[in-house]
Amino acid sequence: MDQPQLVIIGGGPAGLAAAIAAREAGVQDLLVLERDAELGGILNQCIHNGFGLHTFQQELTGPEYAARFIDRAKALGIPYKLNTMVLDLAADKTVTAMNRTDGLFQLHPQAVVLAMGCRERPRGALNIPGTRPAGIFTAGTAQRLVNIEGYLPGRRVVILGSGDIGLIMARRMTLEGAKVLCVAELMPYSGGLKRNIVQCLDDFGIPLKLSHTVVDIQGTRRVEGVTIARVEDGRPVPGSEEHYACDTLLLSCGLLPENELSRAAGVALGPVTGGPLVNESLETSLPGVFAAGNVLHVHDLVDYVSEEAAAAGAHAAAYLRTGAQDAPALPVRAENGVRYTVPAAVRPACAGDAVTLRFRVGGVYRNKTVAVYAGDACLVRRKRPVLAPGEMETLRLPGEKLRAAARAGAADITVTLEEG
Amino acid sequence: MLDVIIIGAGVSGCACARELARRKASILVLEKEEDVCCGTSKANSAIVHAGYDAPHGSLMARLNVQGSRMMPALAKELDFAYRRCGSLVVCLDEADRPALQALYQNGVANGVEGLRIVERAELQAMEPNVADEAVAALWAPTGAIVCPFGLTFALAENAAANGVRFQFDTAVTGVAAIDGGWRVQTAAGAYEARCVVNAAGVYADTVHNWVRGDDPLTIVPRRGEYFLLDHAAGDHVRHTVFQLPGRLGKGVLVTPTVHGNLLVGPTAQDIGGKDDTATTAAGLDELRAKAGLAVKDIPLRQTITSFAGLRAHEPRHEFFIGEIAPGFVDCAAIESPGLSSAPAIGVMVADIVARSLALPENPAFTPTRKGILDPKTLPPAERAALIRQNPAYGQIVCRCESVTEGEIVDAIRRTPGARSLDGVKRRTRAGMGRCQAGFCSPRVMEILARELGVPLAAVTKAGGDSHIITGVNKDVY
Repeated sequence: MDQPQLVIIGGGPAGLAAAIAAREAGVQDLLVLERDAELGGILNQCIHNGFGLHTFQQELTGPEYAARFIDRAKALGIPYKLNTMVLDLAADKTVTAMNRTDGLFQLHPQAVVLAMGCRERPRGALNIPGTRPAGIFTAGTAQRLVNIEGYLPGRRVVILGSGDIGLIMARRMTLEGAKVLCVAELMPYSGGLKRNIVQCLDDFGIPLKLSHTVVDIQGTRRVEGVTIARVEDGRPVPGSEEHYACDTLLLSCGLLPENELSRAAGVALGPVTGGPLVNESLETSLPGVFAAGNVLHVHDLVDYVSEEAAAAGAHAAAYLRTGAQDAPALPVRAENGVRYTVPAAVRPACAGDAVTLRFRVGGVYRNKTVAVYAGDACLVRRKRPVLAPGEMETLRLPGEKLRAAARAGAADITVTLEEG
Repeated sequence: MLDVIIIGAGVSGCACARELARRKASILVLEKEEDVCCGTSKANSAIVHAGYDAPHGSLMARLNVQGSRMMPALAKELDFAYRRCGSLVVCLDEADRPALQALYQNGVANGVEGLRIVERAELQAMEPNVADEAVAALWAPTGAIVCPFGLTFALAENAAANGVRFQFDTAVTGVAAIDGGWRVQTAAGAYEARCVVNAAGVYADTVHNWVRGDDPLTIVPRRGEYFLLDHAAGDHVRHTVFQLPGRLGKGVLVTPTVHGNLLVGPTAQDIGGKDDTATTAAGLDELRAKAGLAVKDIPLRQTITSFAGLRAHEPRHEFFIGEIAPGFVDCAAIESPGLSSAPAIGVMVADIVARSLALPENPAFTPTRKGILDPKTLPPAERAALIRQNPAYGQIVCRCESVTEGEIVDAIRRTPGARSLDGVKRRTRAGMGRCQAGFCSPRVMEILARELGVPLAAVTKAGGDSHIITGVNKDVY
């Protein structure tokens, strides 16, 4: 087997955008490894519209959005392998993978882009008490059954968690003939995009019960009902229980970056995101290993996944041209309501014209200013009328200001929320 | 008329079936669920107790020690996952030392090999995450961990390979003495046998009382709740760590599993319902509170599932094994250490039945069985050759546990084979990982439907009406 210079693990939106950008930056020997039977990743089951507003100024469905990238990748002749599972990534970047036709094989690329995406938090990780019958699905599994296979996984549905997939599935299940009784959300705010609450719940009269959770599941063979209770200070309030007779519980309680390969390779992971800690070039703690998309941190819009992954692909191409860049890095600190940032460190010498900084906040904030400092120097200030955990924030840090602050002795970068 | 009917296809019933297959006999196992290993055997601590716990002189003590001794050879013979990791009973308070000493002496009297009290410094070296309060521990090098599914499937498959028949989805509704044997009534008709073995788990009292209502058994299901943690937490402890019951109450155990997870539990709550395996908020809270007593810093955030199982507890806390009427053999009240004792229980019950029926040896008996091939255990060259020979071994279906289509097909084609998602999960671990079947369940459903020749909508989670799909899109319009 040919030995590619660059291996991209994952052929979803992140992997495709990274591969296209790397090829456009001149990388000839690259290979995309995709575990599913088709390129496009989770977009293939996201048949609703709303994708690509930023990238293409159009409302595309998930498969249509994916097709734009798949077509481009094919036009560029980018090689890929489907039904191919990467079993191991070693610290020396040896990739061990497997499929039906090539069997077990190893690749020894000089650079790797991690684009494995994320998975859903399952019932077990939520520790919901009760029985364990059929009829409990993560929203994404239900979405696959409905949108790819054409099967209805239930008829009377309660949804726990107001993540975007749960909101989308509330509407989808309704359209396909199921009755969605309510969406319960543990937090006092939704974890999904505002537009999805309006279009998927409000438009269909589905109640969203904030500060509520499922405290019991009944049914031996198949779900027969769930009990929902109000939550105060993280605990269900006795006496507030409501019973819902239903045959299905869908869970949309958060996404977890899939970093088992990264961890095994020794890539340092962030405690908040669960994704690799990367610098401004989206390079992980292992030189030559880059990460982008939901494996890095969970995004709410695929447009930003594509943008981030294109940057990772371009940086991987640059790495292949010039090798590792040894330059001092400033850690980025998330403070005062900012939960995390990507990147987690910036090398001003490598910052180019600007560094894209993405972050999320830990609660709902109104009339705040997002401020970024390098040492004492203010790099960016941006007024934000509303900040919410469900909406990722993006800032551009000017490279020139970063380098000036570094020359002036800045030891770190701080991202914080200020009044007004 | 059959020679033997065994009621119940849990680990005890399957152990009895396998040992009885050494004799020339027609044997039928009746199971109310759709598969073997669906009751107490599926949800427990997955450990082989060394045998220091059960009171000296009890049947429980004798069978535990004997079962623990038999397990390593049996694991080789029947190819199931077993590892002798050793166990520690941690004493957290100097005041509790007499109890630790008493446990040691009980173990020595029971004949448990290699028991030793280890002091704090040695204990900490052996188990770095042991609680700071730990003062000493009872070290049992013969303590071990086992896959309870693997053990039960191995026994069942070997029994089946030697001629034992299994009939599932067949609940026994009554037993009556007839001339020369017993009539066993089920919803699917009556069966007659010269001998009946009652291995009905939490229902063994019901079956016993049909026959010997004058000397009744009472099984009080004792529910235990557990947390199972991801592989990432699997090496948090090296041994099975128990807490010595003492001033801080009765703790829970923390143990690695043979598949590299970490298991924490169980609670112990006597309940009324015989199939109430629901977890409870109170139980899970109790687990969280107790988990850290003997082992510190348990990363409970890595929990991938919580579950509950029932122990078939009899208030006298003893196994009830014996011929309670001519040709009717109890194998009842098999609570912990029942899994550990299973190999010895099988031998004991088979001996009783064989004597009662004067069964001759079965010269054709084959004692070995090969488990489902796990390609991960093969050297790369052999694994590559396997995929060339059968490409299904190159197709990963369960990402979290790296289970291939080849393994799943093998699990379905066995006898008794997997017929549901849970059947596949317990045989291959597909769906047992951190995503808890989110990704693989639609794929496993497809493979089940294809292999069993049924529509996708007929595939169940665990038999009966546990259907996963309720219809097709827009079928109400």
